[in-house]
Amino acid sequence: MAQKESTFLSMTLTLFVVTLVAATILGFVHDLTKEDIALAKQKAQEKAIESVLPAFDSLGDAYKLLPEDGADSLEFFPAYDANQQLVGTAVKTYTKNGFSGFISIMAGLSPEGDITGYEVLEHKETPGLGSKMGAWFKDEAKPKQNILGKNPSTTKFQVSKDGGDVDAITASTITSRAFLDAVVRAYKTYQASAEDQTQASNHTSKGGQS
Amino acid sequence: MNQMQNFTKGFIKENPVFVLLLGMCPTLGVTSSAFNGLGMGLATTFVLVMSNLVISLVKNVIPSKVRIPSFIVIIAAFVTVVELTMQAYLPSLFESLGLFIPLIVVNCLVLGRAEAFASKNNLVSSLVDGLGMGLGFSFALTLLGAAREFLGSGKIFDIAIFPEDYGMLLFVLAPGAFIVLGYLIALINRLNKA
Repeated sequence: MAQKESTFLSMTLTLFVVTLVAATILGFVHDLTKEDIALAKQKAQEKAIESVLPAFDSLGDAYKLLPEDGADSLEFFPAYDANQQLVGTAVKTYTKNGFSGFISIMAGLSPEGDITGYEVLEHKETPGLGSKMGAWFKDEAKPKQNILGKNPSTTKFQVSKDGGDVDAITASTITSRAFLDAVVRAYKTYQASAEDQTQASNHTSKGGQS
Repeated sequence: MNQMQNFTKGFIKENPVFVLLLGMCPTLGVTSSAFNGLGMGLATTFVLVMSNLVISLVKNVIPSKVRIPSFIVIIAAFVTVVELTMQAYLPSLFESLGLFIPLIVVNCLVLGRAEAFASKNNLVSSLVDGLGMGLGFSFALTLLGAAREFLGSGKIFDIAIFPEDYGMLLFVLAPGAFIVLGYLIALINRLNKA
């Protein structure tokens, strides 16, 4: 049971060996799991896209656009039916105004800009309060808080406290404001790009924007 | 001390949360629901068992002056292995616990058992100690999570017991964690005295 003596050499050598072994194991595990992690992330994204859009046949090329009022670009995933008609676009949007900062949301938009669905991808909101946003804004039984099927051009996407048409989550007004901010950002950026595309129409074979 | 006592001491007599008061950071942070508590507890158990095992194996070749840094590197390596594996194969669990996994490194329960037990005892005792302590920790976190989830939102393991509207929000938030923990510690201490 005699412990090894702590000399300069033995200490240096021990720490070196311990860190070397740990680093080797980590490198190995990282290599082993790298592909599966990327796969799991992609699957999660695909699942989110599927759940926010009506049934579609294939996904077009994803593209990125810079919103007017933000530093980071949004990702767009257009979806087409069997006849190559656009059925909707999933937008990976974000806000930095959450109660705990960053929130990432996948929002589904019909070609007309109606909200077809949403999925919260990433957030750090308070459990039991702001975290309710995952279900709150798609409660079909409560039309005042449900945003599905509504269009930000006809419905005022602000919480009722600020004069809007959407009821905020009880005791989580800040989260609700941030959530709507992200959705509206997706809508505005989408509309702006749709206008651009109509102006430059017939240049792309995909077309289908109406 | 025989192995049975060694194993069971982690549950009530030397429960890491209620009696030793180790690992308070994840205890208070993740226990907003019973499921989160259980997941965190089991992840910690794995790290605890593995680190106890390795440390009791290498305890004689590590000079005592550098034992703490060596232990921390060993523990951190296991935590990262858990994090990567969970991310790859259990993405949904990782989503709800991801933030807290790196916290296991600084959970003084793991380092505490390495220092106080595994570095002085043989392989089998250290394994049993790690398993007992880990399960005791899981038990405590699940109990705390269930109590807070029940009082705060009327659910246990997401099964509704009473309507959510009557829940006391306070218990889901940080102050509720301290209140419930305080009462549970008092209760366990009473049981231990009896």
